[in-house]
Amino acid sequence: MTFKLRKRIRASAAWRGALTKIIFLLLFLYAGPLQAALTIEIIGGGATQIPIAIVPFAAEQGLPQSITQVVGADLARSGLFKLVDTGGINPLPVEPGDIRYADWKARNADALVIGTVRPLADGRLEVRFRLMDVAKQAQLAGFSYNIVPAQLRPTAHKIADVVYEKLTGIAGVFSTKIIYVVKQGSKYELQYADADGYGSQTVVTSNESIISPSWSPDGTKLAYVSFERKKAVIYLQSLLTGQRTLLANFPGSNSAPVWSPDGKRLAVVLSKDGISQIYLVNPDGSNLQRITYSGAIDTEPNFSSDGKWIIFTSDRGGTPQIYRMPASGGESERLTFEGTYNVSPRFSPDGKSFAFIQRGVGGGFNVAVEDLATRQVQVLTNSLLDESPTFAPNGKIILYATIENNRGILAAVSSDGKVKQRLTVQSGDIREPTWGPFLKAQQQVPVLNQ
Amino acid sequence: MKRIMLSILLAGLLAACASKEAKQESKATIEESTPTQSQPQPSTAPAQQQSVAMDPLHDPNNILSKRSIYYDFDKSIIKDEYRPLVQAHAHYLVGNRSARMTIQGNCDERGSREYNLALGQHRADAEKNAMTLLGASKSQIETVSFGKEKPRCTEHNESCWSQNRRGDIVYQGE
Repeated sequence: MTFKLRKRIRASAAWRGALTKIIFLLLFLYAGPLQAALTIEIIGGGATQIPIAIVPFAAEQGLPQSITQVVGADLARSGLFKLVDTGGINPLPVEPGDIRYADWKARNADALVIGTVRPLADGRLEVRFRLMDVAKQAQLAGFSYNIVPAQLRPTAHKIADVVYEKLTGIAGVFSTKIIYVVKQGSKYELQYADADGYGSQTVVTSNESIISPSWSPDGTKLAYVSFERKKAVIYLQSLLTGQRTLLANFPGSNSAPVWSPDGKRLAVVLSKDGISQIYLVNPDGSNLQRITYSGAIDTEPNFSSDGKWIIFTSDRGGTPQIYRMPASGGESERLTFEGTYNVSPRFSPDGKSFAFIQRGVGGGFNVAVEDLATRQVQVLTNSLLDESPTFAPNGKIILYATIENNRGILAAVSSDGKVKQRLTVQSGDIREPTWGPFLKAQQQVPVLNQ
Repeated sequence: MKRIMLSILLAGLLAACASKEAKQESKATIEESTPTQSQPQPSTAPAQQQSVAMDPLHDPNNILSKRSIYYDFDKSIIKDEYRPLVQAHAHYLVGNRSARMTIQGNCDERGSREYNLALGQHRADAEKNAMTLLGASKSQIETVSFGKEKPRCTEHNESCWSQNRRGDIVYQGE
């Protein structure tokens, strides 16, 4: 089914080269002292976009959050979908039996989302949705969720994830979270938010810089570097309790923490023994073990998702380049050869490629991806000062920090370079993004039969 | 390895230059330790004498008041022009064993925060190594890196970047 839809759209590639420019002004859901508006702007569209109609969910007027709006915004933002106008069709379908497929064929919609929100006696809401194939006149997916009103937005993201996966064959990342640092004047806040920028929560506030946040694989803890002790030290912090522990505070710099995929170890960078080298350590600070002995700068370690490899930045060859070694240390292999400055490597979730920052011949610092099998490098951006690339857990989007109009913003590019987005805050600079993991499967959701 | 050889070579050169100047410097210290003699007539005291009375670390005519060493992009090699500055501070530490300093390494905004943090640390450590080879005690010098987190200048151009690629010497109590 998925294949058929995609093939048909490819054949009618009317959207090729089309530049969609949709601006969503998103307000933070949670009030906070630094409440600011996040703006997400889509700069380019994919070569092929699936035309889909999101029919307004019945009876959602008056609710604190419109499901229809969030599902539509999620799908449009991915760059892989084109929203088909639902105006003028009366009555709008709610159940499969209501659908007049001719209406939607006339509007070139390949797929249709219908649904309802119904209040339950206990104050909760029942959200029902179905994804319909217009050509086949058949249901592709259908679920019902019983939720409290505060879960309207997360439920809308789940629906968008189901639609995205059914129609593209790839897991959606609309329910995941991102973490980043906002600098307002001389104040730094480590915040996390939904992948669409909503619902930001402040983890920690400091008068000194915070860098290199890293998620534990289960998404419940963070490691990050703070300069609040007038030097770089590593903290771990629970997102559930807020409790914070000092992981590394040795003489010199303590930095670049990253969790192993099983969550049992962290790779960190310490300069206590002379120059910045890579070490492994348990989350409680025990069992510290040095794993590089290069005599040059070794930093920015990152594990492959199978836990077998670490890629990292080293200037052992005279300029910073990217190397790979077994995760327990040992012989390393140089992976980058183009240019004099290749840094910040991050494995793709499937381990077949890695994203990094490359200084181009023109002097710009850009996001690039290298395929590990072919060693082909593709530069994905053409800005001046990109940094900190981070893969979405489905591997389809790379989020990174850059400077635009003298301000720090986050930007995202699809891993094929075709779709681009910007994420900015109303005031201040936003930087150091890290995309969080897929969270463990929620409880079983009742399936709606056809 | 090549880098280490260069560092050792550079430090060796610094040490060679240093042994001559060490005596002159220690003389100066002795003169400065008797500043009270020029105090009876402060109003007529010539400027020169006044500078003798000043703390050498803050006397604008003394090289010890200069605290920043500047670097090329992605480099942590101390350039020739900063050798006298490194020597002067090393000799001050030798002559004042209770003196303590922190060397703060900094970088320009280009490239990764983590690589720059490591580079800034390497710059600070290069200065520390040079000073300890000139006789300063390791325990007198602490090194930290601010990477690109504390830029002195915030514009996105080379004149600004060149000011941010530096190591700053800060004495304890300052």
